[in-house]
Formats: sequence, C-alpha cells, structure tokens
Amino acid sequence: MRNWYKSGEPWVWTTAGAVALSLVAVYAVVWLTAARGLTHWWPKPVAEVTYQERSGSTVRLIGEIREKEEVSVVRLREQGYAIDGKDLFTYRYLMKLGNKDLTGVDFKWYPEPMLGKFSYPKDLLAIERREWGNFYGHLKEVKEGGSVVAKGEDAWVEARKRMARSNDLFRQALRIEKVEIGKINYALEKLRLRERRLEIDGELTEAAKAGLAKARQVREAEYAGLQQRLDKIRGNIERDSITVETSDGQKVDIPFAKIADMYMPNGMSVWQKMGFYAHKFWEFIVDDPREANTEGGIFPAIFGTVMMVLLMSVMVTPLGIMAAVYMREYAKQGPMIRAIRISVNNLAGVPSIVYGVFGLGFFVYVLGGSIDELFFAEALPAPTFGSPGILWASLTLAILTLPVVIVATEEGLSRVPRTIREGSLALGATKAETLWRTVLPMASPAMMTGLILAVARAAGEVAPLMLVGVVKLAPSLPLDGNFPFLHLERKFMHLGFHIYDVGFQSPNVEAARPLVYATALLLVIIIVVLNLFAIRLRNRLREKLRGLEGV
Amino acid sequence: MNDNTHKTHAMNIGDLGRVQMDDTDDVAIRVQDLNLYYGDARALNKVSMSIPRNRVTAFIGPSGCGKSTLLRCFNRMNDLVDICRVDGKILLDEKNIYDKDVNVALLRRRVGMVFQKPNPFPKSVYENVAYGLRIMGVNNKRTLDDAVEKALRGAALWDEVKDRLQESGMSLSGGQQQRLVIARAIALEPEVLLLDEPASALDPISTAKIEELVNKMKDKYTIIIVTHNMQQAARVSDYTAFMYMGELVEIGRTNDVFLKPAVKQTEDYITGRFG
Repeated sequence: MRNWYKSGEPWVWTTAGAVALSLVAVYAVVWLTAARGLTHWWPKPVAEVTYQERSGSTVRLIGEIREKEEVSVVRLREQGYAIDGKDLFTYRYLMKLGNKDLTGVDFKWYPEPMLGKFSYPKDLLAIERREWGNFYGHLKEVKEGGSVVAKGEDAWVEARKRMARSNDLFRQALRIEKVEIGKINYALEKLRLRERRLEIDGELTEAAKAGLAKARQVREAEYAGLQQRLDKIRGNIERDSITVETSDGQKVDIPFAKIADMYMPNGMSVWQKMGFYAHKFWEFIVDDPREANTEGGIFPAIFGTVMMVLLMSVMVTPLGIMAAVYMREYAKQGPMIRAIRISVNNLAGVPSIVYGVFGLGFFVYVLGGSIDELFFAEALPAPTFGSPGILWASLTLAILTLPVVIVATEEGLSRVPRTIREGSLALGATKAETLWRTVLPMASPAMMTGLILAVARAAGEVAPLMLVGVVKLAPSLPLDGNFPFLHLERKFMHLGFHIYDVGFQSPNVEAARPLVYATALLLVIIIVVLNLFAIRLRNRLREKLRGLEGV
Repeated sequence: MNDNTHKTHAMNIGDLGRVQMDDTDDVAIRVQDLNLYYGDARALNKVSMSIPRNRVTAFIGPSGCGKSTLLRCFNRMNDLVDICRVDGKILLDEKNIYDKDVNVALLRRRVGMVFQKPNPFPKSVYENVAYGLRIMGVNNKRTLDDAVEKALRGAALWDEVKDRLQESGMSLSGGQQQRLVIARAIALEPEVLLLDEPASALDPISTAKIEELVNKMKDKYTIIIVTHNMQQAARVSDYTAFMYMGELVEIGRTNDVFLKPAVKQTEDYITGRFG
C-alpha cells in the first residue's frame, strides 16, 4: 500500500479523475441543452382523450403530451379527485392544449386515472397561429370569401394549397412594410432632420422650404402607392379561411391570415417529420421572433450578437495591443509600471455589471449626450447617440475585455527572446523597426490568444448589455440597406439576453422553455465558431513562426 | 595565421597592455581609456588598444573578464542596458562612436555583429538575409536578389540553401543558422564584424566551417572574435588580446602572445593554471 502510494500512482489517478470530471461537465452542458432544445421542432403527436372532471362530467381533450411524472394518490384525493384503488402512486400528464383564446389555458396537468385511452386520429390538425399560440382540432371545411369550397377528405389538400398562397402574400406584405415603407420612413425622417438643421442654422429660406416640401411630396406619393398595394394584398389574404372543430365540438373559423403553419403530425411519416424538422429549424435561425419572442426565429439576436462581438474586437484589439506594447517595450520598468500592471490585472476581476453602469453613465450619457449636442442637434430632444445602442455596448465590452488582451499581449511580448531583438538592432534597425518587423509578428499568436479569450468573454456577457443597448425586441437591425448602412446608434438584440427574456419574462414560460435551451445551444455554437475562426488564424500565424520555442 | 616575417615594433598605449603591430597594418579601431560601469560596478577599466584593419583579433580571458562587454561597445549594444554607462573613446576611422551626433543605427550597419547562439528571425532564409537591406529601404527585387546571393556566397552557405530560400531560417541546422546570421550581417557590407563566441553552441564540424569562413572573410572585413577556446583563438586570429577582471592585460600578435607572453598572468592563463 505504502509502495503503491510512493509510486505516484494515486496522483496519476487523481489528476486523471479531475480531467474526466471536467469533460463530463462540459459534455453535460452541451448534451442537456441539445437534448432539451433540439427536440423542440420535432412534430409531436397530438392525442385525443376523454377526461372525467372533478364534477363528474366527461369532456374530450385534444393536445400534445409534454411531460409525465409520478404523483402521490393521497395528494390527488386531497385535491378532490375521486380515485379508487390501493395504489399509493400514479402518474399525471402535462398536456399542451393550445386554443388559448378559447379556453384561457395552454398547459395543464391531468391525473392518469381520470383520463380515458389516448388515441391519435390521423386527421388531427395542429395549427401554428401568428397570435395566440397553437390551435388543435379536426379540420372540417375550407372557405373562400365565406362560402365552402372543400370538405372532408379534400379539405386538407385544398387547405395546404391555400396556405401556401396566403403565406406567399404575407411575405410580400411583410417585405413592403419592412423594407420599402421602412425606406420611405427613413427618408422622411432625414428630410425632417434636414429641415430642423437648416432652422437651427438660420438658413431655412423659402426656396429651401419649397425644395423640402417637394421632396416630401414625392415620398408621400410613393408611400400612398405602397399603402394601396399593401391594402390589396391584405384583402387578398383575408379571403380564405378554414373551419376547425375543437375538442368540445365547437366549430371555429380561422382565417389564413392568422395561420403561420399547419400540419397533421399523426399522419406524418418519419421522412416527412424530418423534413418538417429541418424546415422549422431553418425558420428558427433565419426568422424574426413572434409573440413576445416565444415563437418564430431568433435571427436578429444572432445577428446582433455576432456584430457586437466583431465591433468589440475591432475596438479592443488595437487599443489593448498598443497599451501592452507601451508597458512592455517603452515604459521604464519600475514601481509605477508595476502598479499599473497590477491594476490592469485586477480590472479583469471587476463584476461586469459595474462596466455596464460605467458604460451607461459615461459612454451613453456623457459621450453620447455631447455627440448629440454637437452633431445631431436637429434630432433633439430625441437622442441619437445619447441613448443605449450597439456602439456603446461594443465599447463597454471592449473596456471589459481590455485587460485580457493587454495581459496576453504582454505575455507574448515578454516571450520574444532578447537575442532576436538584439539581432535586429545589430543590423541597424531602430527600436520601432525592430518592433514592427520582428517583435510584433512574433507576438501575434499571443495577441490572438488574447482576442480569443476576449471574444469568449464578450459573447457570453449579458448583465452590462442590458444597460447599454440590448433590448427585448429591436425593430430594425444595426446593418441595413439605408445609407449609411451601419447604424451604430441603434439598439440590438442579443442571444444571452434573449435567453433571459424568453426564460423569465415571457408570458408563456412553459411553451418557451425548449426555446431557452435551443437559444442557449446556439449561443454556445456561435461562440465556438467565433473561437474556432480565431484559433485557425492563430495556428496559421504559429505555422509561420514554426521552430521558435515558446511562442 | 599571419606568417609575414618582417620586423615588428612595440608600441605602448597608456600604461596598460602592449600592442605589437606589423607596420604594414593599418589601425581600424582605436580604443582610448574606455571605462564601463553597470550602476556602480566597474566592468571595464581604462581599456586602450588598437584593432588592425582586415585582420582577425581575438579576445580571450576567463568568464566575466569583460571581453564580451568590450565587444558590445564597438557597436554600442550596451546602450540597450539602462544602467550601463561608458566613458572614454572608441575611434572608428578617427571618429568617436560615442559622440552625441553619431547615428547608432548607421553605426551598427558599419559594425556588424554575430551572437553566441544563432538567432535567425522566424522568417524565410531570403528574408533573413534581406532584413537589413529592407530596413535601409532597399525594396528593388533585383538588387535584393543579388545582395542575398552575394551575402550567402560570402558566408559559404549559398550552395546549401539556394533551393530553399523560401523555407524558414529556423529550419536550418545550428551551423547553417550561424552562417545565415553571418550572411545577414555581411549583406550590409560592414567594415567591422564582431563575433561573440560564434562557435560555442556548435558541433566540431560546424565550428571548423565557421573558422574557415572567418579566415576567408578577413580580406574584406576587420574581424573581432571573442572566444573561450584558446585553440580557436590560436587557429583563427592574427592578434590576440588577453583580458582579466575588466582590464586589458596584453595584446599582440597571436604567435607572440601564445609563445612568449610578456605578462606572467597571460602565461598562467594560456598554460591553464587558472581560468
């Protein structure tokens, strides 16, 4: 035993165990988010079942079975369920009933003894609506302008055809609203600002006024034309509707304008389900969110996250590298520089919300406020840069990650051997030339390491962003087709905040839970992708410096 | 070895050391009363000597005697050490290199240096040799190609690397790296070449190549070599300076210093009684 201890074997096992534990932790995170999140789009069967209410009357239920758990019979009896038998435990099911607008509940638990036998009729229809969540029922009729055009067996084929048409129209309307009318609104706002600017400068002459009025007229005429087109499309979408019979036998008319998608999950083959899954997953990535973020996609959040991280990288890299170069190469090494170095290292440990407060107080109010007064006076009192936005969020994160970049770069600079520097100086290079031509290229992998750490930290940060620019729902992306294309003053959406918002602030937490996991998984994937990109870059730099020890 | 057999005469510089030079040899560098301090500690004490042009001068002495420190004075590498202070003169072509109006970068182009450990840059063989020229602002491809080839030939490396000019300089063997570094220095066509124990990190075959190269190069350059290895000093140098505790003990023709040293200390060191 003693010898075994002396051989160092236990130490090997302990350290290996630590590695194994870390691996398990990492895989558990990925596995849990993937398992909970990625199953969300798989079409779940819709069950039909009878249920005996506490009052004794029997009703019919239609819905998806979401969860099953063990429950004590005693407790159920206390709640007033008349359950016979000697079993101490039974099960209860969580059902997603949909039809929230009719019944007022979406999710509900039902004890097993009160339920009849589950059946899965193939004609059960699941409808994803643009508002009010899912709807479940039997498809009865398809109507055009109020009169029935298809019934029974034919109804499904007809309904799908008409859904494709209405969705197509809906996309057209959306495009007009978002892109074309958006452009006109943007132009009108610009005109208003120009007028105000002229007024401030005291140059608002009659001629200028007339010119502006004319430009405005042109835009307004365009707008009227678009509005007309839009009305026509909307009228067209409203034309068709379907009639669906709910679980309690009610017949409900649902216009196609309100249907985002519909499917009959019980009748789908595995292949159809896979196709459906892929389609839904794609929508999740490229679509805008709907219904207070609990439905639809998360594209704006992905876009906002990536763009913020890129902006942050662009800001933090040069700043951090220059600071590190001064501290390592030029400054006289002494107590002063040591104190600075310690402060920088400690900055990395300051809670991120503190940076958020600083960003809001300094960047947004002081810096942004001054910029507004100097350059955007015409827009006041409405703030341009004087309110939270992507520029300030990126800048705040740049400050937050600055220590990481400085420390990593300094580390890299200190590892460049003295002999290499002397070799360059001995060839008649000045200190600056030596830095540019030899030292900095050799330290570049270390700089990339700093950037990788910075990106990893920034992409996962949520708390400070809530103060300096992230919102629950941003009306437009910070990058679009309107000059000057990059709108740094705009607010944006962010995956981390999206997780928080959907998970804790949404009106329908139960329905949104899978989305929380899916979004979390996507955030992890994005960070991994950004990191892999940076790591590849670093490896290429290293390849160029191959053979050099310790770089 | 310099086997000219005409008469020599002794000349005294200050009261330290004896310099014997062939009267045909021209003085390239003159050191006058050089003191060097690291903080309060004196590392070189009143060193005066003359270095002959187009000859190989070896500095020998025990570790810490100041021979490398003195070598690094010739291209002012000691400037890089914050606490280092120099007084006295080093005259290169009768101009004191420690004068205020001297451009250190230009001085270092005239006085090239090769270090103890091969220190090629993590760049291609070609870029290593072209480094100094690019710093000078030479960017013409033809000029650079010619200069690189000439320097590599001069360092007896061309035949070994002419097909791998674009490979990393770090991928060469130790001996090749050291010759690459020499090529890098002579690409600038310096007047003086300082070699700081250039073969101490190399195997015997590479060492022999370097020594052969040193012998060949003295037609063009004034060479100063610091070495630990007395056989090496005897083999490659025309003149030898023996230093001890920051002082120059003796300088003279290598034959004289090794065979009939004027100072007892030199004899003790050479015969291995200390050091």
